[in-house]
Amino acid sequence: MSDTPFPAFASQRRLPNLFDLVAGACILAALIYVASVARGTVGPIDAPEATAISLDPANLPAYAVRTTLRMFAALAFSLLFTLTYATWAAKSRRAALILIPLLDILQSVPILGFLTFTVVFFLGLFPGQILGAELAAIFAIFTSQAWNMAFSFYQSLKTLPNDLDEATRSFGLSTWQRFWRFEVPFAMPGLVWNTMMSMSGGWFFVVASEAITVGDTTFKLPGIGSYVALALEQRSIPAVFYAILAMLVVILLYDQLLFRPLVAWSSKFRFELTASEDAEDPWMLKLLRRTRLLRAATDVIGSGFNVLTGLRLALPRRAAKERVPSKLADALFLGVMGLALLYALYLIVQFTSTSLSWSEVLEAFLLGLLTLVRVVVLMVLATIVWVPIGVWLGLRPVWGRRAQPIAQFLAAFPANLFFPIFVVLIVRGHGNPNIWLTPLMILGTQWYILFNVIAGASAFPGDLQEAAKCFRVGGWLWWRRVILPGVFPYYVTGAITASGGSWNAAIVAEVASWGDTKLEARGLGAYIANATAEGQTAKVVLGVAMMSAFVVAFNRLLWRPLYGYATRRLTLG
Amino acid sequence: MDQNAHGETSPDLLLEIRGVRQAYRKESAADLVVLEDVDLQLRPGEIVGLLGRSGSGKSTLLRIISGLLTPTGGDVIWRGQPLRGPAPGVAMVFQSFALFPWLTVDENVELGLEAQGIVKAKRAERAEAAIDLIGLGGYESAYPKELSGGMRQRVGLARALVVHPDLLLMDEPFSALDVLTAETLRTDLIDLWSEGKLPVKSMLMVTHNIEEAVLMCDRILVFSSNPGRVATEMRVKFPHPRNRLDPAFRKVVDDIYAVMTRRPVPRTTTALSATEAVRIHPVSSNLLAGLLEVLAGAPYNGRADLPALAGPLQLELDDLLPIGDGLQLLGMGVLEEGDLRITESGRAFVDADTDDRKQIFAAALRANVPLAAQIRRVLDDRPGHRASAVRFRDELEDTMSPDYADETLLAVISWGRFAELYSYDEEADQFFLDDEE
Repeated sequence: MSDTPFPAFASQRRLPNLFDLVAGACILAALIYVASVARGTVGPIDAPEATAISLDPANLPAYAVRTTLRMFAALAFSLLFTLTYATWAAKSRRAALILIPLLDILQSVPILGFLTFTVVFFLGLFPGQILGAELAAIFAIFTSQAWNMAFSFYQSLKTLPNDLDEATRSFGLSTWQRFWRFEVPFAMPGLVWNTMMSMSGGWFFVVASEAITVGDTTFKLPGIGSYVALALEQRSIPAVFYAILAMLVVILLYDQLLFRPLVAWSSKFRFELTASEDAEDPWMLKLLRRTRLLRAATDVIGSGFNVLTGLRLALPRRAAKERVPSKLADALFLGVMGLALLYALYLIVQFTSTSLSWSEVLEAFLLGLLTLVRVVVLMVLATIVWVPIGVWLGLRPVWGRRAQPIAQFLAAFPANLFFPIFVVLIVRGHGNPNIWLTPLMILGTQWYILFNVIAGASAFPGDLQEAAKCFRVGGWLWWRRVILPGVFPYYVTGAITASGGSWNAAIVAEVASWGDTKLEARGLGAYIANATAEGQTAKVVLGVAMMSAFVVAFNRLLWRPLYGYATRRLTLG
Repeated sequence: MDQNAHGETSPDLLLEIRGVRQAYRKESAADLVVLEDVDLQLRPGEIVGLLGRSGSGKSTLLRIISGLLTPTGGDVIWRGQPLRGPAPGVAMVFQSFALFPWLTVDENVELGLEAQGIVKAKRAERAEAAIDLIGLGGYESAYPKELSGGMRQRVGLARALVVHPDLLLMDEPFSALDVLTAETLRTDLIDLWSEGKLPVKSMLMVTHNIEEAVLMCDRILVFSSNPGRVATEMRVKFPHPRNRLDPAFRKVVDDIYAVMTRRPVPRTTTALSATEAVRIHPVSSNLLAGLLEVLAGAPYNGRADLPALAGPLQLELDDLLPIGDGLQLLGMGVLEEGDLRITESGRAFVDADTDDRKQIFAAALRANVPLAAQIRRVLDDRPGHRASAVRFRDELEDTMSPDYADETLLAVISWGRFAELYSYDEEADQFFLDDEE
C-alpha cells in the first residue's frame, strides 16, 4: 500500500494542506445539507408539506438526498443483520439448521411482494407519522440487501483458514478480539463486494418503494422514485428526464466516492500472500490519504476502533470436552422445530382455505409459467447479445478496462426510471404489452451478464490464447472449445444475479401506466402488483409464494447444477 | 536429571505426557487411532525433535501439547498442572507461517500481547525487541505479502517469541522454505539459542527432515506410523554448531534412516493377505519409474543407501520414502535398514519398453494390491463393465480415515490408469473398462 514511507515526518507535520481544505469544505457542506433534509423524516404524515411532491427540478437535489439517506439507513441495518445473523448461524450448529435454509428462501422471495405487509406493519407501529412510511421503505431496501451479504459473511466464517484459526487460539485471543481481528477482516473482501452488489440492487427498490398504494392507503415519500411516479401521473416527459439525470449524478457520486475507494481499500484484506499487481488507487482514496487532517481524523477513529475491538471480552469458556454433541438436546431441538413447523402449516392451511380456492392456485401457477417463459426468453436473448460483446471487450484490455466500470455502473442504475420512456413508446406505437413490456424486466439486470463476461474474458490466461492461435483454432471451434468454457463460470455468476433480478423486476415491469392509460402484461408479476394495489392480502401471499417457488425451483434445477459443473470442470487451477 | 522416577512429576519438568492416545470416532467400525500410548518429558534447556513420516501423528501430538486439541486418552501435565486449552506459556510457529495478511509485521507480532491485555506502550517495546532480535528491523510497517518466505517465517518466530513462552512449539517451521533460506534461519535460531538470547526455556519441533532434526535437536523421538507411537528415542550430544559432514553426524542420520525404513512386522503380513487394505500414497507412476531407473543404473547398480540417494535427487525424506514404499508395495523394490534394493520385477520393468512396462506394472498391481485386483474383477463380472467408486471408498473407510481412503483410491486410480487395467470417470465417480476391440 502507498502509506507514507516516513511515518516520523507525517506525525510531526500535521498541518492542513490544500487537499484538507477541499475535502473539509465538501464534508461540512454535505453534513449540513443532509441534516436539513433529514429533518423531513419526522413529523405527522398528513401535514401537507410533508408528502407533497412537486415536479419542479429545483427540488430534485433534496429528493435525491432523501433517497440516498434511505439507502444508507437500510445499509446500516443490513450490516447489523449480517454481523449477527450470519455469526449466529456459523457458530451454532443447531441454529444453522434453521437459519441457513431460511436465508436461502428469503433470498428468492420477490422483495416488492413484501411491501403489502411491511407497509401495514410499520404504519401501525407509528400511526400517523412519516417515520412509519420511511421505515417501511427502508425495510423494503433492507430486504433487497441483507440476504446475500449475510450469506457471504456466513460462507467466509465457514471457510476460515485453519492455520490462522489455530494461531488465534494458541495466542489466546478472546471471542471478541477474534471476531474483529480475524473473522471480520477475513470476510471483508467478500462482504464489501456483496455490499456493493446489494447497493446496486437497492437503488431499484428504493425508487420502487417510495410511492406505494396498498388498498386504500397511498403514500408518497419525497424522493426520486415518487418524483417519477408523479411524472407518470401527470404525463410529464421532461420530468422523467430530470429524474434520470438526477439519478445519474447520484450513482456517479456513489460510484466514485464510495464504491471504488471501498473496493480498493478492501483489497488489503484479500487472503493471499503473493503481492498481486494492484490497480491504481481511485482518486477519492488518494485524496483521503493525502489530506493530513482527514488522515489524522481517520487515525484517531482507527485507533479508537482498535481499542474497542481489542477488548478482551469473551464468552464463558466451555469445557473442552464438550465436542461430542448431545443427542438428547438435538432431539429436543428438532422436536420443538417440528412442532413449530406443524403450527405454521396449520396457520397457512387455515388462512388459505378460507380465502383461496384451488382454481386460484392453478391460475397463479399458469401466470407463473408465463413469467417463466419471459425470463427464459430474455436470458437467452441477453446471452446471445452480451456474451460475444463481453468476450470481445474482455480480450482487449484497454477496452475491457473502460467498459467494465460502465457496465457496473449501468447495473447499479435503477432501470425503473427508464420504464416511462418505454411505456410512452408502446402507447404511441400501439404495441402488444404482453410482448413489449417484457424487455423491461431485464433492462437493469442484463449488465450483470456483461460485466461478468468481461471479467471472465480478461482473466482468460494468455498462454491458452496463444496455444489456440498457434494451433490455428478459429471460428466456431474457438468459441466452443476455447473461450466459452473459459468464461462460463463467470457467465453463470452473472446470469444467476440477472435471472433473480428479472423475476423481481417482473412485479414492476408487467404493469405500467402513463397518466390514465394502463398497460398490463399477463403474468405473475402483474398478478402480485394488482393484488397489492387492491390490498388483497391472500392473493399477494399466494403470488409471492408462487414466485418464490418458481425462483427456488429455477435455481435448484438449473443454476445450481450449472454452477457446480462450472466450478468442477471449467475453473483453471 | 535423566533418572526420573516413573509416574512422579519432578519440579524441573516443563511438560509431561503420559499414555496419550488420540483416536477419531467412527460410526461403523472401530476407532481410527492416530496416536497410541505416547510418553514424553520435556525439561528446560533442551531442544526436542519429533521425527516421523506423514501420518505418524507427530503434528497431532504437537497440537495436543499446544492445547489446541484435547487427547482422547492420557494425561498432559504442563508445569505440574493438567493442561486445559492453550496455555499462556506455550507459543507456536506454523509451517504455513499463519500470518494475518491484513496486519503489518508490527501488528502481527503484537497480536499475542494484545490477547494478554498488555498496554500499548509495553506492547510496542516488547515487539520492537523481538523484531530486532530476529533480524526484522526495518520491516515493521510492511505487510506479510511484501515479504519473502524466509522473512515471513521470521515474523512467525518473532510473534511467538514476543510472548516470552516457556516452550516454543514449531510445526515443520522450515519445510515451506527453499533450501538456502531454511538453512540460514536454522543457523540463526540455533545461534540465538546457544548464546542464550532466546526468551524461551525449551523448544519442541516437528519435522520430517532427518538432517534438520540431527542438526538442531538434543533429543529426537522417532515416530512409527499406523498408529503413531514413539519407535525410538535418540540423543544427539554434539555441541552447536554442528557439522553435517562429520562422520559421527552421518552415523546418526544413517541410524535414523534405518529405524524409519524398518517395517512394523505385524502390519505387513495382515495387510497384504486379508481384506484389510493398506494406505497407499498417491505416488505418480513417473516417479516410480524414475526412481527405478536411477536405482538400476550406475553408481547404485540396484542398491542405494537412502541418505546418499536423497542428496543428489534433492528429495527430502517425505518425498523419497513414499516412492520407496510404493516400489516395495508393488514388489519392485525392497526397503531394508536404510537401503533401497531393486527386485527382479523392478529390473524387468526398467529394461522393458513402454508397452511391456505397462504389462509388467499391471501384473505387479494385480498381484500386490488387492484393491486394484478386486476393482478389475468386479468390472469383468459386470455386464456393462462399470462400477461406482463409492463402494470401494466405503470399504476403505472401514479401516482408515476418509482422507487416507481418498488418497489410497487416488493412487489406485492413477496406477490402474497407467497399467491400463481399468479407466475411471471422474464426473460419474465410476470405474469402467475401455472397449479394447
